[in-house]
Amino acid sequence: MKRKLSSKRKEALTGLLFISPWLIGISIFTAYPIVASMIFSFSSYNGISSPVWIGLQNFRDLFNDEIFLKSIYNTLFLAIIGIPITQFLSIITAVLLNMEIKGQSIFRTLFFLPSIVPAVASALLWKWILNPEFGPVNLLLENLGIRGPGWLTDPLWSKPSLIILSCWGIGGAMIIYLAGLQNIPKNLYEAAEIDGASKIKSFFKITLPMLKPVIIFNLVMGIISSFQVFTNVFIMTNGGPETSTEVYALQIYKNAFQYYKMGYASAMSWILLLITAFSVFLVFKFFKNWGFYGGDL
Amino acid sequence: MKNKRMMKKIFWFFILGFLGFIFAFPFFWMTSTSLKTYDEIFMFPPPMLPEQPQWSNYADLMTELPFLQYTLNTVFVTGFTLLGFLISSPIIAFGFSYFKFPGKKWLFRLLLVTMMLPPQVTMIPQFVLFNKLGWVGSFKPLIIPTFFGGSYVIFLLKQFFDTVPREFSDAAKIDGASSWNIFSKIYLPLSKPAIATSALFVFMWTWTDFLNPLIYLTDDRMYTLSIGLQQLSTSRSTAWPQLMAGSVLMTLPIIILFFVAQNKFVKGINIGGVKA
Repeated sequence: MKRKLSSKRKEALTGLLFISPWLIGISIFTAYPIVASMIFSFSSYNGISSPVWIGLQNFRDLFNDEIFLKSIYNTLFLAIIGIPITQFLSIITAVLLNMEIKGQSIFRTLFFLPSIVPAVASALLWKWILNPEFGPVNLLLENLGIRGPGWLTDPLWSKPSLIILSCWGIGGAMIIYLAGLQNIPKNLYEAAEIDGASKIKSFFKITLPMLKPVIIFNLVMGIISSFQVFTNVFIMTNGGPETSTEVYALQIYKNAFQYYKMGYASAMSWILLLITAFSVFLVFKFFKNWGFYGGDL
Repeated sequence: MKNKRMMKKIFWFFILGFLGFIFAFPFFWMTSTSLKTYDEIFMFPPPMLPEQPQWSNYADLMTELPFLQYTLNTVFVTGFTLLGFLISSPIIAFGFSYFKFPGKKWLFRLLLVTMMLPPQVTMIPQFVLFNKLGWVGSFKPLIIPTFFGGSYVIFLLKQFFDTVPREFSDAAKIDGASSWNIFSKIYLPLSKPAIATSALFVFMWTWTDFLNPLIYLTDDRMYTLSIGLQQLSTSRSTAWPQLMAGSVLMTLPIIILFFVAQNKFVKGINIGGVKA
Protein backbone atom coordinates (compact mmCIF):
# COMPACT_ATOMS: atom_id res chain seq x y z
CA MET A 1 0.00 0.00 0.00
CA LYS A 2 2.72 2.41 0.93
CA ARG A 3 4.75 1.43 -2.12
CA LYS A 4 1.79 2.11 -4.37
CA LEU A 5 1.31 5.55 -2.89
CA SER A 6 4.91 6.48 -3.37
CA SER A 7 4.88 5.30 -6.99
CA LYS A 8 1.82 7.46 -7.55
CA ARG A 9 3.69 10.37 -6.07
CA LYS A 10 6.66 9.64 -8.24
CA GLU A 11 4.43 9.59 -11.32
CA ALA A 12 2.90 12.93 -10.36
CA LEU A 13 6.29 14.49 -9.87
CA THR A 14 7.59 13.14 -13.18
CA GLY A 15 4.49 14.46 -14.93
CA LEU A 16 4.94 17.89 -13.42
CA LEU A 17 8.60 17.81 -14.38
CA PHE A 18 7.66 17.11 -18.01
CA ILE A 19 5.22 20.01 -18.15
CA SER A 20 7.46 22.34 -16.12
CA PRO A 21 8.71 24.33 -19.15
CA TRP A 22 5.11 25.19 -19.89
CA LEU A 23 4.40 26.05 -16.26
CA ILE A 24 7.34 28.46 -16.25
CA GLY A 25 6.43 29.89 -19.64
CA ILE A 26 2.79 30.43 -18.81
CA SER A 27 3.72 32.18 -15.55
CA ILE A 28 6.11 34.60 -17.22
CA PHE A 29 4.49 35.16 -20.59
CA THR A 30 0.80 34.78 -19.77
CA ALA A 31 -0.13 34.91 -16.08
CA TYR A 32 2.12 37.80 -15.12
CA PRO A 33 1.13 39.87 -18.18
CA ILE A 34 -2.56 39.33 -17.49
CA VAL A 35 -2.21 40.59 -13.93
CA ALA A 36 0.05 43.44 -15.02
CA SER A 37 -2.34 44.38 -17.79
CA MET A 38 -5.15 44.60 -15.25
CA ILE A 39 -3.09 46.93 -13.06
CA PHE A 40 -2.09 49.03 -16.10
CA SER A 41 -5.74 49.31 -17.07
CA PHE A 42 -6.37 51.27 -13.88
CA SER A 43 -3.30 53.42 -14.42
CA SER A 44 -1.94 56.20 -16.51
CA TYR A 45 1.13 54.64 -18.05
CA ASN A 46 3.39 55.55 -20.93
CA GLY A 47 5.54 52.42 -20.77
CA ILE A 48 8.59 54.19 -19.36
CA SER A 49 7.85 56.09 -16.13
CA SER A 50 6.02 54.16 -13.42
CA PRO A 51 2.29 53.65 -13.79
CA VAL A 52 0.11 56.08 -11.83
CA TRP A 53 -3.11 54.68 -10.36
CA ILE A 54 -6.12 56.57 -11.70
CA GLY A 55 -8.91 54.14 -10.82
CA LEU A 56 -11.65 53.83 -13.40
CA GLN A 57 -10.63 56.90 -15.38
CA ASN A 58 -9.44 54.91 -18.43
CA PHE A 59 -12.74 53.08 -18.63
CA ARG A 60 -14.71 56.31 -18.26
CA ASP A 61 -12.63 57.88 -21.02
CA LEU A 62 -13.12 54.86 -23.26
CA PHE A 63 -16.86 55.20 -23.26
CA ASN A 64 -16.54 58.81 -24.33
CA ASP A 65 -13.95 58.00 -26.99
CA GLU A 66 -15.77 58.19 -30.29
CA ILE A 67 -13.13 56.35 -32.27
CA PHE A 68 -13.13 53.55 -29.71
CA LEU A 69 -16.91 53.22 -29.90
CA LYS A 70 -16.69 53.26 -33.69
CA SER A 71 -14.08 50.49 -33.52
CA ILE A 72 -16.48 48.34 -31.49
CA TYR A 73 -19.18 48.93 -34.07
CA ASN A 74 -16.82 48.12 -36.95
CA THR A 75 -15.52 44.98 -35.30
CA LEU A 76 -19.01 43.73 -34.49
CA PHE A 77 -20.09 44.51 -38.04
CA LEU A 78 -17.27 42.39 -39.43
CA ALA A 79 -18.07 39.57 -36.99
CA ILE A 80 -21.86 39.53 -37.25
CA ILE A 81 -22.01 39.87 -41.03
CA GLY A 82 -18.73 38.14 -41.86
CA ILE A 83 -18.81 34.99 -39.70
CA PRO A 84 -22.16 33.60 -40.92
CA ILE A 85 -21.08 34.18 -44.53
CA THR A 86 -17.65 32.57 -44.17
CA GLN A 87 -18.92 29.65 -42.08
CA PHE A 88 -21.75 28.97 -44.52
CA LEU A 89 -19.34 29.09 -47.46
CA SER A 90 -16.82 26.82 -45.79
CA ILE A 91 -19.41 24.18 -44.89
CA ILE A 92 -20.84 24.24 -48.41
CA THR A 93 -17.44 23.96 -50.10
CA ALA A 94 -16.43 21.19 -47.67
CA VAL A 95 -19.58 19.24 -48.56
CA LEU A 96 -18.95 19.76 -52.28
CA LEU A 97 -15.34 18.68 -51.91
CA ASN A 98 -16.41 15.60 -49.99
CA MET A 99 -18.34 14.34 -53.01
CA GLU A 100 -16.64 12.04 -55.45
CA ILE A 101 -15.99 14.41 -58.29
CA LYS A 102 -13.35 14.60 -60.97
CA GLY A 103 -10.37 16.69 -59.97
CA GLN A 104 -11.33 16.50 -56.29
CA SER A 105 -7.81 16.87 -54.96
CA ILE A 106 -7.03 19.78 -57.28
CA PHE A 107 -10.12 21.60 -56.07
CA ARG A 108 -9.25 20.90 -52.44
CA THR A 109 -5.81 22.38 -52.95
CA LEU A 110 -7.22 25.37 -54.80
CA PHE A 111 -9.67 26.28 -52.05
CA PHE A 112 -7.17 25.72 -49.29
CA LEU A 113 -4.20 27.60 -50.70
CA PRO A 114 -5.47 31.19 -50.18
CA SER A 115 -5.73 30.56 -46.45
CA ILE A 116 -1.98 30.01 -46.15
CA VAL A 117 -0.93 33.06 -48.14
CA PRO A 118 0.94 35.43 -45.79
CA ALA A 119 -1.40 38.12 -44.49
CA VAL A 120 0.86 40.89 -45.73
CA ALA A 121 0.91 39.43 -49.24
CA SER A 122 -2.84 38.85 -49.40
CA ALA A 123 -3.56 42.32 -48.00
CA LEU A 124 -1.39 43.96 -50.67
CA LEU A 125 -2.81 41.71 -53.37
CA TRP A 126 -6.42 42.51 -52.53
CA LYS A 127 -5.70 46.17 -52.21
CA TRP A 128 -4.53 45.96 -55.80
CA ILE A 129 -7.38 43.73 -56.98
CA LEU A 130 -9.95 46.08 -55.45
CA ASN A 131 -8.21 49.17 -56.79
CA PRO A 132 -11.13 51.31 -57.99
CA GLU A 133 -9.43 52.48 -61.18
CA PHE A 134 -6.99 49.79 -62.23
CA GLY A 135 -8.26 46.70 -60.45
CA PRO A 136 -9.68 43.72 -62.34
CA VAL A 137 -12.88 43.62 -60.24
CA ASN A 138 -14.07 47.03 -61.30
CA LEU A 139 -12.90 46.36 -64.83
CA LEU A 140 -15.13 43.29 -64.96
CA LEU A 141 -18.04 45.25 -63.50
CA GLU A 142 -17.52 47.96 -66.07
CA ASN A 143 -17.67 45.40 -68.84
CA LEU A 144 -20.99 44.25 -67.39
CA GLY A 145 -22.18 47.84 -67.48
CA ILE A 146 -21.94 48.38 -63.71
CA ARG A 147 -20.01 51.26 -62.19
CA GLY A 148 -17.94 49.61 -59.48
CA PRO A 149 -17.71 51.16 -56.03
CA GLY A 150 -14.50 52.57 -54.52
CA TRP A 151 -14.16 49.42 -52.38
CA LEU A 152 -11.47 50.09 -49.75
CA THR A 153 -11.52 53.80 -50.47
CA ASP A 154 -15.26 54.18 -49.89
CA PRO A 155 -16.44 54.25 -46.23
CA LEU A 156 -19.59 52.41 -47.25
CA TRP A 157 -17.77 49.59 -49.04
CA SER A 158 -14.60 49.22 -46.98
CA LYS A 159 -16.06 46.75 -44.49
CA PRO A 160 -17.72 44.58 -47.16
CA SER A 161 -14.35 44.57 -48.94
CA LEU A 162 -12.73 43.11 -45.82
CA ILE A 163 -15.43 40.44 -45.69
CA ILE A 164 -14.79 39.56 -49.34
CA LEU A 165 -11.12 39.11 -48.48
CA SER A 166 -12.01 36.81 -45.59
CA CYS A 167 -14.18 34.72 -47.94
CA TRP A 168 -11.09 34.09 -50.02
CA GLY A 169 -9.38 32.72 -46.92
CA ILE A 170 -12.01 30.19 -45.81
CA GLY A 171 -9.65 27.30 -46.58
CA GLY A 172 -8.59 26.72 -42.97
CA ALA A 173 -12.13 26.34 -41.66
CA MET A 174 -13.08 24.36 -44.75
CA ILE A 175 -10.35 21.78 -44.26
CA ILE A 176 -11.46 21.25 -40.66
CA TYR A 177 -15.06 20.77 -41.81
CA LEU A 178 -13.80 18.34 -44.44
CA ALA A 179 -11.96 16.31 -41.79
CA GLY A 180 -15.17 16.38 -39.73
CA LEU A 181 -17.24 15.15 -42.68
CA GLN A 182 -14.87 12.27 -43.27
CA ASN A 183 -15.31 11.15 -39.68
CA ILE A 184 -19.06 10.66 -40.13
CA PRO A 185 -19.75 6.92 -40.49
CA LYS A 186 -20.94 6.13 -44.03
CA ASN A 187 -23.51 3.61 -42.78
CA LEU A 188 -25.59 6.42 -41.28
CA TYR A 189 -26.21 7.73 -44.79
CA GLU A 190 -26.84 4.26 -46.14
CA ALA A 191 -29.41 3.63 -43.43
CA ALA A 192 -31.07 6.97 -44.14
CA GLU A 193 -31.19 6.19 -47.85
CA ILE A 194 -32.83 2.84 -47.18
CA ASP A 195 -35.40 4.65 -45.06
CA GLY A 196 -36.08 6.86 -48.06
CA ALA A 197 -34.59 10.08 -46.72
CA SER A 198 -33.66 12.67 -49.32
CA LYS A 199 -30.13 14.06 -49.66
CA ILE A 200 -31.25 17.38 -48.19
CA LYS A 201 -32.91 15.65 -45.26
CA SER A 202 -29.78 13.61 -44.53
CA PHE A 203 -27.77 16.81 -44.61
CA PHE A 204 -29.90 18.40 -41.91
CA LYS A 205 -30.53 15.24 -39.87
CA ILE A 206 -27.14 13.54 -40.10
CA THR A 207 -24.41 15.83 -41.44
CA LEU A 208 -25.09 18.98 -39.43
CA PRO A 209 -25.68 17.24 -36.06
CA MET A 210 -22.59 15.06 -36.52
CA LEU A 211 -20.56 18.14 -37.37
CA LYS A 212 -21.63 19.87 -34.17
CA PRO A 213 -18.26 19.73 -32.38
CA VAL A 214 -16.48 20.92 -35.50
CA ILE A 215 -18.99 23.72 -36.03
CA ILE A 216 -18.50 24.88 -32.44
CA PHE A 217 -14.73 24.77 -32.88
CA ASN A 218 -14.79 26.77 -36.11
CA LEU A 219 -17.32 29.27 -34.78
CA VAL A 220 -15.29 29.92 -31.65
CA MET A 221 -12.09 30.29 -33.68
CA GLY A 222 -13.92 32.50 -36.19
CA ILE A 223 -15.25 34.79 -33.47
CA ILE A 224 -11.92 35.03 -31.71
CA SER A 225 -10.02 35.82 -34.88
CA SER A 226 -12.58 38.33 -36.12
CA PHE A 227 -12.17 40.28 -32.87
CA GLN A 228 -8.44 40.35 -33.53
CA VAL A 229 -8.42 41.42 -37.18
CA PHE A 230 -5.33 43.54 -37.50
CA THR A 231 -2.81 42.88 -40.27
CA ASN A 232 -5.18 43.26 -43.21
CA VAL A 233 -6.60 46.49 -41.91
CA PHE A 234 -3.25 47.90 -40.84
CA ILE A 235 -1.85 47.36 -44.32
CA MET A 236 -4.84 48.09 -46.52
CA THR A 237 -6.54 51.04 -44.86
CA ASN A 238 -4.95 51.78 -41.47
CA GLY A 239 -8.46 52.43 -40.20
CA GLY A 240 -9.68 54.66 -42.98
CA PRO A 241 -11.48 55.96 -44.89
CA GLU A 242 -13.20 58.09 -42.22
CA THR A 243 -12.58 55.55 -39.42
CA SER A 244 -14.79 53.08 -41.31
CA THR A 245 -12.28 50.24 -40.77
CA GLU A 246 -10.91 51.41 -37.43
CA VAL A 247 -11.11 48.00 -35.73
CA TYR A 248 -10.57 47.00 -32.12
CA ALA A 249 -7.10 45.45 -32.38
CA LEU A 250 -5.89 48.37 -34.47
CA GLN A 251 -7.06 50.79 -31.78
CA ILE A 252 -5.18 48.82 -29.13
CA TYR A 253 -2.04 48.86 -31.26
CA LYS A 254 -2.26 52.58 -32.04
CA ASN A 255 -2.89 53.58 -28.44
CA ALA A 256 -0.16 51.37 -27.04
CA PHE A 257 2.61 51.68 -29.58
CA GLN A 258 1.94 54.90 -31.46
CA TYR A 259 0.46 57.17 -28.75
CA TYR A 260 2.18 55.33 -25.85
CA LYS A 261 -1.06 55.29 -23.87
CA MET A 262 -0.32 51.86 -22.48
CA GLY A 263 -2.72 52.08 -19.54
CA TYR A 264 -5.54 53.15 -21.83
CA ALA A 265 -4.71 50.37 -24.31
CA SER A 266 -4.58 47.83 -21.48
CA ALA A 267 -8.08 48.84 -20.46
CA MET A 268 -9.16 48.22 -24.05
CA SER A 269 -7.49 44.83 -24.08
CA TRP A 270 -9.27 43.84 -20.88
CA ILE A 271 -12.61 44.77 -22.39
CA LEU A 272 -11.64 42.69 -25.43
CA LEU A 273 -10.92 39.75 -23.16
CA LEU A 274 -14.32 40.08 -21.52
CA ILE A 275 -16.13 40.43 -24.86
CA THR A 276 -14.29 37.37 -26.22
CA ALA A 277 -15.03 35.27 -23.13
CA PHE A 278 -18.69 36.31 -23.19
CA SER A 279 -19.07 35.46 -26.90
CA VAL A 280 -17.44 32.06 -26.49
CA PHE A 281 -19.72 31.42 -23.52
CA LEU A 282 -22.75 32.36 -25.65
CA VAL A 283 -21.70 29.94 -28.40
CA PHE A 284 -21.39 27.06 -25.95
CA LYS A 285 -24.67 27.98 -24.25
CA PHE A 286 -26.49 28.19 -27.55
CA PHE A 287 -25.14 24.91 -28.86
CA LYS A 288 -25.81 23.04 -25.66
CA ASN A 289 -29.48 23.39 -26.43
CA TRP A 290 -28.95 22.40 -30.04
CA GLY A 291 -28.23 18.90 -28.86
CA PHE A 292 -28.94 15.56 -30.43
CA TYR A 293 -26.78 12.52 -30.83
CA GLY A 294 -23.72 14.42 -32.08
CA GLY A 295 -20.31 14.09 -30.48
CA ASP A 296 -19.68 15.93 -27.25
CA LEU A 297 -17.05 18.55 -26.86
CA MET B 1 -31.30 6.93 -62.97
CA LYS B 2 -27.66 6.58 -63.86
CA ASN B 3 -27.95 9.39 -66.36
CA LYS B 4 -29.49 11.68 -63.77
CA ARG B 5 -26.63 10.97 -61.42
CA MET B 6 -24.14 11.75 -64.15
CA MET B 7 -25.89 15.05 -64.90
CA LYS B 8 -25.78 16.00 -61.24
CA LYS B 9 -22.08 15.29 -61.08
CA ILE B 10 -21.41 17.42 -64.11
CA PHE B 11 -23.51 20.21 -62.58
CA TRP B 12 -21.50 20.18 -59.34
CA PHE B 13 -18.27 19.93 -61.29
CA PHE B 14 -19.10 23.18 -63.05
CA ILE B 15 -20.10 24.89 -59.82
CA LEU B 16 -16.78 23.87 -58.30
CA GLY B 17 -14.95 24.88 -61.43
CA PHE B 18 -16.50 28.34 -61.30
CA LEU B 19 -15.67 28.78 -57.60
CA GLY B 20 -12.21 27.40 -58.23
CA PHE B 21 -11.64 29.99 -60.92
CA ILE B 22 -12.60 32.78 -58.51
CA PHE B 23 -10.25 31.37 -55.86
CA ALA B 24 -7.38 30.95 -58.30
CA PHE B 25 -7.70 34.32 -60.03
CA PRO B 26 -5.95 36.40 -57.30
CA PHE B 27 -2.91 34.13 -57.58
CA PHE B 28 -2.87 34.65 -61.30
CA TRP B 29 -3.24 38.42 -60.91
CA MET B 30 -0.45 38.57 -58.33
CA THR B 31 1.96 36.74 -60.62
CA SER B 32 0.90 38.57 -63.74
CA THR B 33 1.21 42.00 -62.09
CA SER B 34 4.62 41.11 -60.74
CA LEU B 35 5.86 40.75 -64.32
CA LYS B 36 4.30 43.87 -65.81
CA THR B 37 5.78 47.27 -66.57
CA TYR B 38 4.45 50.43 -64.90
CA ASP B 39 2.75 51.41 -68.12
CA GLU B 40 0.98 48.09 -68.30
CA ILE B 41 -0.43 48.23 -64.77
CA PHE B 42 -1.86 51.71 -65.30
CA MET B 43 -3.12 50.95 -68.79
CA PHE B 44 -6.82 50.87 -69.46
CA PRO B 45 -8.08 48.21 -69.80
CA PRO B 46 -5.22 46.40 -68.06
CA PRO B 47 -3.83 43.49 -70.08
CA MET B 48 -4.25 40.04 -68.55
CA LEU B 49 -0.63 39.14 -69.25
CA PRO B 50 2.45 41.32 -69.65
CA GLU B 51 3.66 41.75 -73.21
CA GLN B 52 7.17 40.95 -72.10
CA PRO B 53 7.72 39.41 -68.65
CA GLN B 54 9.66 41.96 -66.60
CA TRP B 55 11.96 39.78 -64.52
CA SER B 56 13.76 42.97 -63.59
CA ASN B 57 10.93 43.66 -61.09
CA TYR B 58 12.31 40.77 -59.06
CA ALA B 59 15.85 42.01 -59.46
CA ASP B 60 14.73 45.48 -58.29
CA LEU B 61 13.68 43.96 -54.98
CA MET B 62 17.22 42.82 -54.38
CA THR B 63 18.82 46.11 -55.35
CA GLU B 64 16.34 48.65 -53.99
CA LEU B 65 15.42 46.74 -50.86
CA PRO B 66 17.59 44.56 -48.68
CA PHE B 67 15.18 41.81 -49.68
CA LEU B 68 17.82 39.13 -49.29
CA GLN B 69 18.57 40.39 -45.79
CA TYR B 70 14.84 40.30 -44.93
CA THR B 71 14.67 36.74 -46.21
CA LEU B 72 17.66 35.70 -44.11
CA ASN B 73 16.15 37.39 -41.04
CA THR B 74 12.87 35.57 -41.60
CA VAL B 75 14.68 32.27 -42.05
CA PHE B 76 16.62 32.91 -38.84
CA VAL B 77 13.53 33.72 -36.76
CA THR B 78 11.51 30.88 -38.27
CA GLY B 79 14.33 28.40 -37.75
CA PHE B 80 14.81 29.20 -34.09
CA THR B 81 11.08 29.33 -33.46
CA LEU B 82 10.75 25.87 -34.94
CA LEU B 83 13.63 24.65 -32.82
CA GLY B 84 12.08 26.15 -29.69
CA PHE B 85 8.67 24.67 -30.26
CA LEU B 86 9.95 21.28 -31.33
CA ILE B 87 12.22 20.89 -28.31
CA SER B 88 9.69 21.95 -25.71
CA SER B 89 6.22 21.07 -26.96
CA PRO B 90 6.50 17.28 -27.37
CA ILE B 91 7.92 16.96 -23.84
CA ILE B 92 5.10 19.04 -22.38
CA ALA B 93 2.46 17.25 -24.45
CA PHE B 94 3.81 13.89 -23.24
CA GLY B 95 3.58 15.15 -19.66
CA PHE B 96 -0.09 15.96 -20.20
CA SER B 97 -0.90 12.77 -22.04
CA TYR B 98 1.01 10.08 -20.18
CA PHE B 99 1.09 10.91 -16.48
CA LYS B 100 -1.55 11.29 -13.82
CA PHE B 101 -1.00 14.15 -11.43
CA PRO B 102 -3.20 16.27 -9.21
CA GLY B 103 -4.60 19.33 -10.96
CA LYS B 104 -3.92 17.92 -14.43
CA LYS B 105 -7.47 18.39 -15.62
CA TRP B 106 -7.42 21.95 -14.39
CA LEU B 107 -4.06 22.72 -15.98
CA PHE B 108 -5.14 21.23 -19.31
CA ARG B 109 -8.23 23.42 -19.26
CA LEU B 110 -5.94 26.36 -18.62
CA LEU B 111 -3.97 25.36 -21.70
CA LEU B 112 -7.17 25.32 -23.78
CA VAL B 113 -8.12 28.73 -22.44
CA THR B 114 -4.74 30.21 -23.34
CA MET B 115 -5.36 29.05 -26.92
CA MET B 116 -8.34 31.37 -27.01
CA LEU B 117 -6.72 34.23 -25.15
CA PRO B 118 -6.45 37.32 -27.36
CA PRO B 119 -2.74 38.13 -27.76
CA GLN B 120 -3.64 41.80 -27.28
CA VAL B 121 -4.22 41.15 -23.58
CA THR B 122 -0.69 39.97 -22.87
CA MET B 123 0.99 42.05 -25.58
CA ILE B 124 1.50 45.29 -23.65
CA PRO B 125 2.98 43.90 -20.39
CA GLN B 126 5.12 41.52 -22.45
CA PHE B 127 6.48 44.49 -24.34
CA VAL B 128 7.19 46.31 -21.08
CA LEU B 129 8.92 43.21 -19.71
CA PHE B 130 11.07 42.69 -22.80
CA ASN B 131 11.83 46.39 -22.86
CA LYS B 132 13.11 46.22 -19.28
CA LEU B 133 15.26 43.26 -20.24
CA GLY B 134 16.65 45.31 -23.12
CA TRP B 135 15.38 42.81 -25.67
CA VAL B 136 13.29 45.18 -27.78
CA GLY B 137 14.99 45.68 -31.11
CA SER B 138 16.43 42.17 -31.10
CA PHE B 139 15.09 38.78 -32.20
CA LYS B 140 14.95 37.56 -28.59
CA PRO B 141 11.31 38.46 -27.85
CA LEU B 142 10.28 36.53 -30.99
CA ILE B 143 12.34 33.45 -30.24
CA ILE B 144 12.89 32.87 -26.54
CA PRO B 145 9.24 32.43 -25.48
CA THR B 146 8.88 29.59 -27.97
CA PHE B 147 11.25 27.46 -25.92
CA PHE B 148 8.51 27.24 -23.28
CA GLY B 149 6.04 25.61 -25.64
CA GLY B 150 3.03 26.90 -27.51
CA SER B 151 -0.44 25.92 -26.39
CA TYR B 152 -1.76 25.03 -29.84
CA VAL B 153 1.19 22.79 -30.62
CA ILE B 154 1.04 21.14 -27.20
CA PHE B 155 -2.67 20.56 -27.70
CA LEU B 156 -2.22 18.99 -31.16
CA LEU B 157 0.54 16.68 -29.94
CA LYS B 158 -1.28 15.73 -26.75
CA GLN B 159 -4.32 14.70 -28.79
CA PHE B 160 -2.05 12.52 -30.88
CA PHE B 161 -0.18 11.01 -27.94
CA ASP B 162 -3.54 10.03 -26.44
CA THR B 163 -4.08 7.67 -29.37
CA VAL B 164 -0.86 5.71 -28.75
CA PRO B 165 -1.89 2.34 -27.26
CA ARG B 166 -0.92 1.97 -23.61
CA GLU B 167 0.22 -1.62 -24.21
CA PHE B 168 3.42 -0.37 -25.84
CA SER B 169 4.53 1.68 -22.88
CA ASP B 170 3.30 -0.85 -20.31
CA ALA B 171 5.48 -3.51 -21.90
CA ALA B 172 8.47 -1.20 -21.91
CA LYS B 173 7.82 -0.26 -18.30
CA ILE B 174 7.92 -3.91 -17.24
CA ASP B 175 11.27 -4.14 -19.00
CA GLY B 176 12.43 -1.30 -16.78
CA ALA B 177 12.29 1.59 -19.24
CA SER B 178 12.34 5.06 -17.71
CA SER B 179 9.68 7.66 -18.47
CA TRP B 180 12.18 9.52 -20.64
CA ASN B 181 12.90 6.37 -22.63
CA ILE B 182 9.23 5.67 -23.09
CA PHE B 183 8.88 9.21 -24.43
CA SER B 184 11.91 9.23 -26.68
CA LYS B 185 11.91 5.61 -27.86
CA ILE B 186 8.18 4.95 -28.20
CA TYR B 187 6.10 8.12 -28.34
CA LEU B 188 8.40 10.33 -30.38
CA PRO B 189 9.01 7.87 -33.23
CA LEU B 190 5.31 7.02 -33.41
CA SER B 191 4.34 10.66 -33.54
CA LYS B 192 6.38 11.74 -36.52
CA PRO B 193 3.29 12.68 -38.56
CA ALA B 194 1.86 14.81 -35.75
CA ILE B 195 5.19 16.48 -35.12
CA ALA B 196 5.61 17.18 -38.81
CA THR B 197 2.15 18.71 -38.89
CA SER B 198 2.88 20.94 -35.91
CA ALA B 199 6.17 21.97 -37.46
CA LEU B 200 4.29 22.91 -40.59
CA PHE B 201 1.85 25.10 -38.67
CA VAL B 202 4.63 26.73 -36.67
CA PHE B 203 6.55 27.44 -39.85
CA MET B 204 3.53 29.10 -41.42
CA TRP B 205 2.68 31.24 -38.41
CA THR B 206 6.22 32.45 -37.97
CA TRP B 207 6.95 32.99 -41.63
CA THR B 208 3.82 35.10 -42.01
CA ASP B 209 3.72 36.72 -38.56
CA PHE B 210 3.27 40.46 -38.71
CA LEU B 211 2.27 41.82 -35.31
CA ASN B 212 5.23 40.56 -33.26
CA PRO B 213 7.95 41.68 -35.68
CA LEU B 214 6.11 44.99 -36.02
CA ILE B 215 6.27 45.57 -32.27
CA TYR B 216 9.73 44.25 -31.54
CA LEU B 217 11.92 44.88 -34.58
CA THR B 218 12.99 48.51 -34.60
CA ASP B 219 16.09 48.34 -36.78
CA ASP B 220 15.31 48.08 -40.50
CA ARG B 221 18.27 45.77 -41.06
CA MET B 222 16.50 43.23 -38.84
CA TYR B 223 13.10 43.37 -40.53
CA THR B 224 11.41 40.16 -41.55
CA LEU B 225 9.74 39.80 -44.94
CA SER B 226 6.32 40.86 -43.61
CA ILE B 227 7.60 44.11 -42.20
CA GLY B 228 9.94 44.76 -45.12
CA LEU B 229 7.14 44.34 -47.62
CA GLN B 230 4.82 46.53 -45.60
CA GLN B 231 7.51 49.21 -45.47
CA LEU B 232 7.87 49.09 -49.22
CA SER B 233 4.12 49.48 -49.60
CA THR B 234 4.06 52.64 -47.49
CA SER B 235 7.20 54.19 -48.93
CA ARG B 236 6.40 53.52 -52.57
CA SER B 237 2.68 53.08 -52.73
CA THR B 238 2.48 52.74 -56.49
CA ALA B 239 5.29 50.24 -56.93
CA TRP B 240 2.73 47.52 -57.59
CA PRO B 241 4.91 45.29 -59.80
CA GLN B 242 7.61 45.17 -57.11
CA LEU B 243 5.06 44.77 -54.31
CA MET B 244 3.50 41.84 -56.12
CA ALA B 245 6.93 40.37 -56.89
CA GLY B 246 7.74 40.53 -53.18
CA SER B 247 4.40 38.94 -52.34
CA VAL B 248 5.08 36.13 -54.81
CA LEU B 249 8.50 35.51 -53.28
CA MET B 250 7.11 35.51 -49.76
CA THR B 251 4.24 33.18 -50.64
CA LEU B 252 6.24 30.75 -52.75
CA PRO B 253 8.02 28.81 -49.95
CA ILE B 254 4.69 28.22 -48.22
CA ILE B 255 3.05 26.93 -51.37
CA ILE B 256 5.99 24.66 -52.12
CA LEU B 257 5.90 23.35 -48.57
CA PHE B 258 2.20 22.74 -48.92
CA PHE B 259 2.70 20.58 -51.99
CA VAL B 260 5.52 18.65 -50.33
CA ALA B 261 3.53 17.94 -47.20
CA GLN B 262 -0.01 18.05 -48.52
CA ASN B 263 -1.49 15.08 -46.72
CA LYS B 264 0.06 16.05 -43.40
CA PHE B 265 -2.11 19.14 -43.28
CA VAL B 266 -5.19 17.02 -42.75
CA LYS B 267 -3.75 13.92 -41.11
CA GLY B 268 -2.42 15.56 -37.97
CA ILE B 269 -5.66 17.33 -37.18
CA ASN B 270 -7.60 15.50 -34.55
CA ILE B 271 -9.84 18.01 -32.90
CA GLY B 272 -12.63 15.47 -32.39
CA GLY B 273 -13.09 14.30 -28.82
CA VAL B 274 -11.24 16.73 -26.61
CA LYS B 275 -10.55 15.12 -23.30
CA ALA B 276 -8.39 16.01 -20.36
